[in-house]
Amino acid sequence: MAVIETKNLTYTYPGATKPSIQNVSITINKGDFVILTGPSGCGKTTLCRTFNGLVPHFYNGTLEGEITVAGLKVADHKIHELARHVGLVFQNPENQLFALSVEKDVAFGLENSAMPRDEMRKRVDWALQMAGISELSERPPHELSGGQQQRVAIASVLSMQPDIMVLDEPTSFLDPVGAEKIFKVINDLNKKLGITIILVEHRLDLAAKYANKVIVMNEGAVALTGTPREIFTSEKARLIGVGIPKATKLYQHLKRQGVTLKTVPVTTEETANLLLEMLKND
Amino acid sequence: MIEVKDLHFSYPTGLEALKGINLTVEDGEFLAVMGQNGAGKTTLVKHFNGLLKPTTGEVLVNGTSTQDISVAKLARKVGFVFQNPDHQLFSESVEDEIAFALKNFGFEEETIKKQVDWALNLLDIEQYRKTSPFMLSGGERKRVALASILAWDPQVIVMDEPTIGQDHQQKEKLQQFIIQLNAQKKTVIVVTHDVEFVAECNPQVILMSQGKILVGGKAEDVLTNPKLVAQASIVPPQITQIFLRLADLGLPTNIIDVHEATKILLEHLRRRK
Repeated sequence: MAVIETKNLTYTYPGATKPSIQNVSITINKGDFVILTGPSGCGKTTLCRTFNGLVPHFYNGTLEGEITVAGLKVADHKIHELARHVGLVFQNPENQLFALSVEKDVAFGLENSAMPRDEMRKRVDWALQMAGISELSERPPHELSGGQQQRVAIASVLSMQPDIMVLDEPTSFLDPVGAEKIFKVINDLNKKLGITIILVEHRLDLAAKYANKVIVMNEGAVALTGTPREIFTSEKARLIGVGIPKATKLYQHLKRQGVTLKTVPVTTEETANLLLEMLKND
Repeated sequence: MIEVKDLHFSYPTGLEALKGINLTVEDGEFLAVMGQNGAGKTTLVKHFNGLLKPTTGEVLVNGTSTQDISVAKLARKVGFVFQNPDHQLFSESVEDEIAFALKNFGFEEETIKKQVDWALNLLDIEQYRKTSPFMLSGGERKRVALASILAWDPQVIVMDEPTIGQDHQQKEKLQQFIIQLNAQKKTVIVVTHDVEFVAECNPQVILMSQGKILVGGKAEDVLTNPKLVAQASIVPPQITQIFLRLADLGLPTNIIDVHEATKILLEHLRRRK
């Protein structure tokens, strides 16, 4: 079942001379884990802003074509209605955090939805725990490190338990171990709670193993869609400048030298297993 | 040259962020500072241009203690590109942003124009010359911030997380660009979590944890040590992860580069035939 569907979606920011996204037609199904990638400035963030109506309701400008999110036509519904279904975690956590303590920030959305206090308490504690920041609950967000702020931003959106979560490079400030933890949290939300995930990410090596679909954008348009395996072996993806994980690159380099592994690996585990198998049978 | 001698630093809140750092960064060195969130990486590099001063211990830039020289003077030698470009950008156009410091340093009009053009071209942001930095994407703003520092040609360039928000091609450019700066004997210090970026550049690396330096050395030696890497909340590069799994076959494990990996595997196959 499609939770997000766009048809020939084109959007131009006020005062801009050309559209930021152009003729975008995509379908995202319930339970999908989608990676949205492409060169910087290709329109990824703008597309994500259409999912909860920030574009066009907050940014104004001109929206053409159609977009439906959770059965609601974005053009006809306000941001707060769409926000019940779509949680957006911004690229830069500082743009999102504003309260005097972490738990107040995380509770903010719930307070606005008039949730009973006990339930709110439980939900906030759960979100803090999922994001691994229970011990920071009393701290002011602006005193935290970039990585900690990123977790607070995720917890704030998590607490709302949206059907769809859009995360714009949610681990960019985190150390690799911290990033892996967050990706596991996101994966759990997807696999256990069935939340649809849209992840904007350049570093495909970190996220590829969790995703079932990759959308590659270029110059405002959708250039490619497919499984991670399809995308990583696509010549077009390479030309656009999609960062192919080293685990897949090693496969490609070997192939060019006449050594072909049985399948195309997308993770280090897969590459290691394929190599072990080949070298043992040799 | 930057010399750090038994540097301790505590924030006014009492948090001891650095607990005895000793480090020498030679002229023309390319150093990556890596480690856990909150390990003190940014706190350490903010000492290099005098934004922070040691609580105890000493930081010397070209032999002069940062206590004895103003931040403005140090800035000419040590340029600092912040993690969040929004902490740095404020002008109405990209062009003005880049020209700002040059004007403050009292460069002549003609030099300013030349340097601005050079920096715009270098960072591939020529087309945004008249655009407000705030209209640009995160990755583009990051490049404007970098251009504005490079424009005055400091001897040492400190970049805090330069790859965040940069796509693959821009990272490759950044890499080439650092190599180019290095060839001109510039010192480049990068704070980063991006293991794959570091693996491709193979610079000197220090790993930090809880206010201390765990280890320093060449990337191919440091990032391939699973124990130290785990202690610093890092993961080894993908190629290393693969070779660690192949260790039983008698292959080396200190491999970070995909080309070298290919060569070793091909040789191994040839030998077995």
